[in-house]
Amino acid sequence: MNTQQTRKIRSLAIFPRKNVVDLLFSSLTGVASFTIIIFIIGILVVLVMESSLALGKFGLVNFLTSTTWNPVTQIFGAAPTIYGTFVTTALALLFAIPTAIGIAIFITEIAPNFLKGPIGIAIELLAAIPSIIYGMWGLFTLAPIMSKYVEPALQSTVGKLPFLGFLFKGNPLGIDLLTASVILGIMIIPFTASIARDAFNLTPAVIKESAYAIGATRWEVVKNVVLPYSKLGVFGGVALSLGRALGETMAVAFVLGNNHKIATSLLDAASTITVSLANEFTEADSDMYLSSLYYLALVLFVMSFIILAISKFFLLKAERRYSR
Amino acid sequence: MNIERKRKIESIIALAMSGLAAAIGLFWLVYILADVIIHGIGALQLSLFFNDPAPAGVEGGGLRNAFVGQLMITGAATLIGVPVGILGGTFLAEYARGRKFARFISILSDIMVSVPSIVVGAFVYAILIRPFHHFSGWAGAFALSIIMIPVVLRTTEDMLSLVPWTLREAAFALGAPYYKVIIQVVYRGAATGILTGVLLSIARVAGETAPLLFTSFNNNFFSWDMNRPIASLTATIFQYAMGPYKSWHTQAWGAAFVITLFILALTIMGRLAIWWRYKR
Repeated sequence: MNTQQTRKIRSLAIFPRKNVVDLLFSSLTGVASFTIIIFIIGILVVLVMESSLALGKFGLVNFLTSTTWNPVTQIFGAAPTIYGTFVTTALALLFAIPTAIGIAIFITEIAPNFLKGPIGIAIELLAAIPSIIYGMWGLFTLAPIMSKYVEPALQSTVGKLPFLGFLFKGNPLGIDLLTASVILGIMIIPFTASIARDAFNLTPAVIKESAYAIGATRWEVVKNVVLPYSKLGVFGGVALSLGRALGETMAVAFVLGNNHKIATSLLDAASTITVSLANEFTEADSDMYLSSLYYLALVLFVMSFIILAISKFFLLKAERRYSR
Repeated sequence: MNIERKRKIESIIALAMSGLAAAIGLFWLVYILADVIIHGIGALQLSLFFNDPAPAGVEGGGLRNAFVGQLMITGAATLIGVPVGILGGTFLAEYARGRKFARFISILSDIMVSVPSIVVGAFVYAILIRPFHHFSGWAGAFALSIIMIPVVLRTTEDMLSLVPWTLREAAFALGAPYYKVIIQVVYRGAATGILTGVLLSIARVAGETAPLLFTSFNNNFFSWDMNRPIASLTATIFQYAMGPYKSWHTQAWGAAFVITLFILALTIMGRLAIWWRYKR
């Protein structure tokens, strides 16, 4: 849209007063769009109000660092669930990002034209599969595979190394941090890949062609032209996946075991904020218990909101810089 | 070995690695889909759709209550979410076009799309469940509509922005007030795009589980009453898959298959509509 058009459009009134129906309709649409702001503020206010009991008793630092989670003695701390949330998310991103970027490079640079469309569509369809399907598949199919083959194999190889051994201690049951992270990773692959692909596609063909013209190989074009050009977009996409993974419930709820302790071994059951909420919310029998769960939800909401805002900032910056 | 050779080999190795990464990623995803289809088709029987659940541990029974409950919750969420989303998107793309706060709301709803859905469930629990002391289907529908509104709103905004401004000017020139221009010209031009947005948003919420756990909860009996706890496919999958019985697991696979098929069909329909509209 050119500037002249923008000026013309701006000169229209937001709430036109000449025509009553027009005024009503514009007010109606205005109210509808403000529901977004109402929901965000409402969620924040309700979470703070509901968690005020726990907020008053445990404070902020104490709650975030305490490792006790005991409904009987009414002492609650968030450290184990926050730790579980970060470990599963970090491991999931570790699995997902290289794979997703590989898929994006494959779609944009390697695949022949007749394959680009179908693979792209397949990725989008896979991103639409609900997380509960991933979680259920993890419980029935992946967890047995992990406990029978993968985890014993890891124990007898990496587990024997002097400094990494502690990561794979314990009984390989398949219901643990490692399995949950793998499922979470598989789940965010299609999502991350489609954003990375969009970011790669922003690279103008002319610049790639110039690189080819001076004799660069395909990989050199990807490494020295496409990746630097699209790094803002890819970074934003990774942050968006991080935000999604932090708040994911059903993909991990099946295979994490909901165990409130800081597990040093990846083969231990653990818990995340979302899994604790899903499992304990309807069972919370005291006000302090429920209030602490709301406190966890508040921590999660604020964390993911900040990360999503950062990702949006980078994606917008990438869009503005390159789409001219 | 000369340097050209080295560069070529390096390129081939790096590209093979990314091809391999793509193959590994796609392998897992195809594996999941194939697993759901194989187990799911095995579990599909007429009794799954037409019988209510048998008592725990007893063989047989079906998930009629969950299918009906899921349709009712998703339908009610669509009835709330779609009008609000479309109207909100209209405001951002038409009346408030180009203004700073329209941009702001648009960014906020992009963030809302990815906000953890379980937090939305906790929010609705506090405002609609606790004051009334019982779970209800309406609360579940409301939770889903909170997730749905930003999705519909953003696609509507984008689709309305694609309609050329000159088209509106032509209608203004005939003396039409803005609301008439929007309803009779702009909506018509963007109808397919908006429909795609609606279909994709239904696909998005139909598979949501987390917000339903504390709102519509679950119900082992058949019920039409949206004021009471009501069964949903997703909550039932969670309960059955975590449960100890073999027959529950089979039925969970069947439900997972049906819901995946439903969501993929909606997604494909949405894509086809937009492809069919803009290919010409």
